Amino acid sequence: MVKEIERAGIPVVHMCTVTPISMTVGANRIVPTIAIPHPLGNPALAHEEEYALRKKLVARALEALTTEVEDQTIFEV
Amino acid sequence: MSYRVVHYINQFFANIGGEEMAHVPPELRQGHVGPGLAFNQAWKGEAEVVQTIVCGDSYFAEHEKDAKAQVLEWVKAEKPDLFIAGPAFNAGRYGYACANICQAVQDELGIPVLTGMYEENPGADLRTKVLIVATTNSAAGMRKAAPAMANLAMKLMRGEEIGASCEDGYLPNGIRRNFFDKERGSKRAVDMLVAKLSGKPFTTEYPMPSFDRVAPNKAVKDLSKAIVALCTSGGIVPKGNPDHIESSNASHYGEYNIQGVEKLTEETYETAHGGYDPVYANQDPNRVLPVDVLREFEREGRIGKLHDLFYTTVGNGTAVASSKKFAAEYAQKLLQANVSAVIMTST
Repeated sequence: MVKEIERAGIPVVHMCTVTPISMTVGANRIVPTIAIPHPLGNPALAHEEEYALRKKLVARALEALTTEVEDQTIFEV
Repeated sequence: MSYRVVHYINQFFANIGGEEMAHVPPELRQGHVGPGLAFNQAWKGEAEVVQTIVCGDSYFAEHEKDAKAQVLEWVKAEKPDLFIAGPAFNAGRYGYACANICQAVQDELGIPVLTGMYEENPGADLRTKVLIVATTNSAAGMRKAAPAMANLAMKLMRGEEIGASCEDGYLPNGIRRNFFDKERGSKRAVDMLVAKLSGKPFTTEYPMPSFDRVAPNKAVKDLSKAIVALCTSGGIVPKGNPDHIESSNASHYGEYNIQGVEKLTEETYETAHGGYDPVYANQDPNRVLPVDVLREFEREGRIGKLHDLFYTTVGNGTAVASSKKFAAEYAQKLLQANVSAVIMTST
């Protein structure tokens, strides 16, 4: 789906946990996330900490969207 | 003296549980467990599963290095004649684990390996590195998959030469071996051309590879003026799943309005996805679709606007062709709505 959005001309960032799969699929901007059942969260953390974590991950995704890339790039947090 | 085999399976096939047990670390059991019985039956005493290693699919995905280290330690100590994993059918994390653990055993211990899965399984990307038997896309295909794997495994153990992929039922692995065909090439080419010209069916001898990569689009110049849209394959839907998006093999996607929604809540949203433990996403759907954070960025002016609509489907076992179709369609809607960028989340 990420490729189809890219094909339509819209820059897209894929936030996912198993990044090798995203690489194979062909996403160009990838942000690795926390875990499969909660990519943008961590239930072991207190609510405020979890929110801060989510904010950090999404901020990285926004950075990825504003960064020029030539090739598939993983934006580690 | 029969051949000794170590078998790798996941928590589901070991009957430990489903998604809620996908986090279990590797466990070593003596003898066969689950599908191992079918292998033993096919081998009729010439080989047997002496040990089974059970590992949770999410554990392998999230702790790959540790999982591999533990499994390699056990296999190294047991010194089997063959290491077999799965079959994983269309289970993505399971297939990924099977293919990767087989590659590790093969490359680091020099033990012959074999696994089995559906050709669209992400693990099948390793088909040129590891021998993978082709299976159907669901466990209903076990009756055919187990004997197919057992037969090829026996060839490997006996040291017999394996046939072409179409003969021995494995995913084409890019290896070419010369052989003499019954009919000469010129005749086969003319026969194929005649069939093609008369509209009759024909089978190509060499499928054209599809080079599907899409060049990255230019970065967004000014996010503070941009409309950013959220999309997901994690199956987040309004509570009650009003459009009945399937928990597996989705037949459609959903388009939902979040105008005025500051954050997703347990009361208003849920996940329809059947391929991961839904507890955390149901408690707080922002963990899969981060509406709360994007609203804050919107208020702060970091982004111009969070698009009013989000697009969702369930990635679990959904055919590649289907998901391609959904996204091609909603990408056009996003374009028409002047969306500047998309964040796609996956589980």
